[in-house]
Amino acid sequence: MSRIGTIARRTFLVGSVAIAGGVAFGYYQYRKPHANPLLDELGEGEAALTPWVQINADKITLITPHSDLGQGAASMQAMLLAEELDLEFGQFEISPGVPSPAYYNTALADEGVPFNSHDHSFPADAMRGILGVVVKIMGVQGTGGSTSVPDSFDKLRTAGAVARETLKKAASEKSGINTTALKTASGKVILPDGTEYSYQELAPIAAGIEPVTRVKLREPSEWRLIGKEVQRLDILAKSTGTQTYGIDLEMDGMVHAAVKVNPRQGGALNSYDASAAEGMRGVLKIVEVTNGVAVVADNTWRAFQAAEAITFDWGPAPYPADMDGHWAEVANSFVEERLDAEWRNDGDVATALASGQSVEAEYRAPYVAHQPLEPLNALVLMEGGRVDIWVGHQFPRFAQQKVAEVAGIDPEAVHFHQQFSGGSFGHRLEFENITLATEIAMQMPGTPVKLTFTREEDFAHDYPRQIGMARGVGRVKDGKVDAIDLQVATVSSTDSQIARLGQSAPPGADTQIAAGAWNQPFAVPNFRFRAYKVPPLSPTSSWRSVGASSQGFFASAFLDELIHAAGADPLEERLRLCNHDIARKVLETVGDMSSWGTDPGENRGRGLGFVDSFGVPVAEVVEVTNTGDGIRIDKVFVAADVGRVVDPVNFDNHVKGGVVWGLGHAMNCEITYADGMAEQANYFDHEGMRLHQCPEIVVKGLENASRIRGIGEPPVPPAAPALAAAIFDATGIRLREMPFNKFVDFV
Amino acid sequence: MKLNVNGKVHDVDVEEDMPLLWVLRDELKIKGVKFGCGVAACGACTVHLDGMAVRSCQTFAGDVGEAEITTIEGMGTPDAMHAVQQAWVEHQVAQCGYCQSGQIMQAASLLAENPVPTDADIDDAMSGNLCRCGTYPRIRAAVKTAAARLKEA
Ligand code: FES
Ligand code: FES
Repeated sequence: MSRIGTIARRTFLVGSVAIAGGVAFGYYQYRKPHANPLLDELGEGEAALTPWVQINADKITLITPHSDLGQGAASMQAMLLAEELDLEFGQFEISPGVPSPAYYNTALADEGVPFNSHDHSFPADAMRGILGVVVKIMGVQGTGGSTSVPDSFDKLRTAGAVARETLKKAASEKSGINTTALKTASGKVILPDGTEYSYQELAPIAAGIEPVTRVKLREPSEWRLIGKEVQRLDILAKSTGTQTYGIDLEMDGMVHAAVKVNPRQGGALNSYDASAAEGMRGVLKIVEVTNGVAVVADNTWRAFQAAEAITFDWGPAPYPADMDGHWAEVANSFVEERLDAEWRNDGDVATALASGQSVEAEYRAPYVAHQPLEPLNALVLMEGGRVDIWVGHQFPRFAQQKVAEVAGIDPEAVHFHQQFSGGSFGHRLEFENITLATEIAMQMPGTPVKLTFTREEDFAHDYPRQIGMARGVGRVKDGKVDAIDLQVATVSSTDSQIARLGQSAPPGADTQIAAGAWNQPFAVPNFRFRAYKVPPLSPTSSWRSVGASSQGFFASAFLDELIHAAGADPLEERLRLCNHDIARKVLETVGDMSSWGTDPGENRGRGLGFVDSFGVPVAEVVEVTNTGDGIRIDKVFVAADVGRVVDPVNFDNHVKGGVVWGLGHAMNCEITYADGMAEQANYFDHEGMRLHQCPEIVVKGLENASRIRGIGEPPVPPAAPALAAAIFDATGIRLREMPFNKFVDFV
Repeated sequence: MKLNVNGKVHDVDVEEDMPLLWVLRDELKIKGVKFGCGVAACGACTVHLDGMAVRSCQTFAGDVGEAEITTIEGMGTPDAMHAVQQAWVEHQVAQCGYCQSGQIMQAASLLAENPVPTDADIDDAMSGNLCRCGTYPRIRAAVKTAAARLKEA
């Protein structure tokens, strides 16, 4: 057990002792005991054993506070609880619970500190910076950064075990038989003579005793659920059209709203003319909202139509109106004043670069939109001094706070109801749908208002991934990579998000400008890495894999160019440079899987991408054919080490989805601004991957790492550089800018 | 106007040009059919008209006439699933699941027309259905399983 794992468990146990006062979770020195949110709503005869388990006479409810955005987090959390609590799938219900500091995400805090076991020095100010972010932004109940599994793994198993042992103690009091003679299975405590007490009947007794907090977690060999192929809890509903998402909610008296907000993000509404909309069928009300106008109607489509009929005079954008302006600002940022941090300076780069064969290259990564398939929406009811909001969100506590700010009420008076989401990829970290829906609902007290964005509105107000560039200079010597001087300049999506939260940026360097690039497990003798922060342009946000999605491309692709210049093999040279055993095994595995080194065949190419992000080393080999009609991606091999594969089906599906995400956006997606507005309005402008372009994907999860990690994001960053390398291998064309379809055709 | 949805005739009072999608979702409260793009670019809204897959966001209510409309709810229920739905469960296709009603309706229409689709047929029929979560490899496998299952039946 690693050190942080031990701390997490110990603090969990301490918290469990004081169940009446609440169970506390969190990151060590920042943690304070928090009230148990379940105790507020408990009825008579109910017992709340921990904030994750609720048992009453008719059901057992497992609380799964990490938002399920489609990544299967709810099922995973329930699996961990059920493993130790001896419940079968089908014996319990799940609930996202209510927002509470008791669900503080410890892994998010951890994410900011250097965890890679590569022997790297870490700038002290960067550490401060991240802890600042943690305290201000991340130290709340949050879902993101592939943290759901690491946050939950020990906590929820421990919670399940505490519940189990406490129920056994209750059974012991009831029967007079020592707990050591008792067993549990399928939601029951079983006495030596075969008598069974259901957890439900024991609940009232358990409520009146001190919980058992000294528990022993089961050995992996005893697991029934973890690491096994189990059926996701939501799979039936999602295969029969019966899963309800936020957008599907209905309520008596509910009305439908649509908005038009200045597509120049943050720009003002100068004036508008809604006369054409006013008489349209079904229109109930037209109201102003921040920088825009909302239509309330009796049907979503009627609201859309009426909003479309309004004419607007929009104010200018508070950022450069077109892309030339954006790129110029990025290109001008490789200067001392904008240096965010020099993350590495190993060996003597200046001297090394003064002689020998040098290689130079410049890379670009564009803005890219999130656009999950379920458009943004929110249902809000304001009545009698309280506000209820039903929405799928990654940061429920902040959502609650935002609503409170807009409505001018106490956050305690905001009741947040977490919904299943049709994807997020970082999109549901933002609040615009929530604040707008609240503004509308405030103008219609007592009426439930469901706001639905059109896809066009959603595109126009997507806060995309950061835009960025990299400049690399390197040297090869004696067939080896000898020196790399890599500089990256991007806007800070962290700062952009923090600003929208009304906070000031914490001091210290922004880890995301360096993510996926500064800390790769390769010991290049002379290596300097500098990160520059581009001043704020248009708003940006976290996009699946965040900084590593662009910086991983830069670093992996530039290393590939150097290896080529050295005349070395991309896999062999990486293995030679590799200074990290876990990463080495990942590379070797993907080499074996892909028969690396064999001839790929006529007009075919093979490329390797490797990026370590979120503590997970991932290697991908992409195989392509140059068909004459364009590039076809034939096959992708992926090896990744997450320490422990908790749910193998979901792991496989997640890795494949990450590869599709990484490849699809590298191929054909960018958001560009003209006249201050995104030029991409719907999926035909920004497709991602479609089924006919999807390669066969072969996945292998390794379990050598000592710490458990999430897999939602790490498969994304290596996909683009692997594809670029494969295309180079097949065609000789070096792709240094995404999207690649600006330079090559795809079938 | 009258609409025959999942074997039941409903009387609705809507504009001729209201997309069928919104009649189903907001007037009849049939929520399995999803709104994704509104412009025939994603396939989330796919339903059957007389067994044929159409994009309900681009189908005017006034053009449906007597045609039988089938939504995902009319294909099968959790207790009595259609073979395509069974295959989707077996392969655990869904991630967020938001696209999957449309994917299933598209696949069922493909298999009704072409019981033994080649890989190229599957690519052609299914490429209009976007999945932002990237479940395509499992969709392909599930379509093949469903084809085999339907052939046995
Ligand atoms: S909503 Fe109809 S195709 Fe996207
Ligand atoms: S499963 Fe999420 S869009 Fe397809």
